Amino acid sequence: MKKMIQVLTVGMFVSIFSVAASAGIQPSLRGDNPLDKGEQGIAVKKPLTVKGGIERSFKKQPPMIPHGIEKDRITLKGNTCMKCHSAENAKKEKAPEIGESHYLDRDGNKLAKPSSRRWFCNQCHAPQVDAQPLVELDYQPQK
Amino acid sequence: MLKKIFSGTIIIGILLGIALWGGFNWTLELTNTEKFCISCHEMEDNVYQELQETVHWSNRTGVRATCPDCHVPKEWIHKIVRKIRASNELFHKLMGTIDTPEKFENYRLTMAMSEWKRMKSTNSRECRNCHNFGSMNLEKQEERSAERHDPHVFEVLDGKEPSKTCIDCHKGIAHHLPEGWEEAVKNDPMLKVEDEPAEEQK
Repeated sequence: MKKMIQVLTVGMFVSIFSVAASAGIQPSLRGDNPLDKGEQGIAVKKPLTVKGGIERSFKKQPPMIPHGIEKDRITLKGNTCMKCHSAENAKKEKAPEIGESHYLDRDGNKLAKPSSRRWFCNQCHAPQVDAQPLVELDYQPQK
Repeated sequence: MLKKIFSGTIIIGILLGIALWGGFNWTLELTNTEKFCISCHEMEDNVYQELQETVHWSNRTGVRATCPDCHVPKEWIHKIVRKIRASNELFHKLMGTIDTPEKFENYRLTMAMSEWKRMKSTNSRECRNCHNFGSMNLEKQEERSAERHDPHVFEVLDGKEPSKTCIDCHKGIAHHLPEGWEEAVKNDPMLKVEDEPAEEQK
């Protein structure tokens, strides 16, 4: 009886490990780069600049940012994205203006200035790099 | 005898002159270093940290602009004028006008405005120690930048004064922008920028 339990436990562990190994660990963003080497060996990808913007993948998707944002800064006091995307500047800079929803507070009241909930642009909008998806995607953009 | 005294005085005079003038310029140049600027915590804790986030600190080509490159004129006479005006900054250092982060923030707009006005009044002279419309290659620039620089590059090529100066558009490129800067600039008769006549042909 004792022997059987031993065999069973060993068997159980072996099978758990083999399942984990065969399931294939998802490729990671680091690729084969060892964790202890920091950023060494990781190719730097530049942010994409796409003229005319990146098309939405679904309705109400926050549009992605078609340019780098490394020079921009968003703090409580200031938001350099607004140099181009605010209502006052958008036309002059030929940039898309922030949406009307950005002026609504959580109770649906329209404010004169962008609502604090929408102040931190890159909570929803993200710049893109030219990187292939790690796993195959069969998602079709919905219109 | 008299001749000896005379020539001796001249030699001593020349030596003294070299020592004093050299010493003066040497000291002046010492105050023109980044090390000197950030020896005050007001500069080191605020603006110096902000500079390190920007393209003037680290970039593709490895050229760096430090404090005096933008804030102290290179030409001697303008440098002396700026140095004399800096005595006001010494006074405020003694008064502790900006000696806490809160005080610095409250004062940031005032300081930024005065620096913007200084740059505007000199046609962005310190920017132009490195940057010039005449040496810009529009093809190498991002499309959007090229579009904005284009009229001015051609103004310069045509031998005209550019209708805008660097600081008109490039504010807050090395330090954080103060709260309410846009309104402040718009309401300032000197800093206000006339928008180009809308070119809506396209």
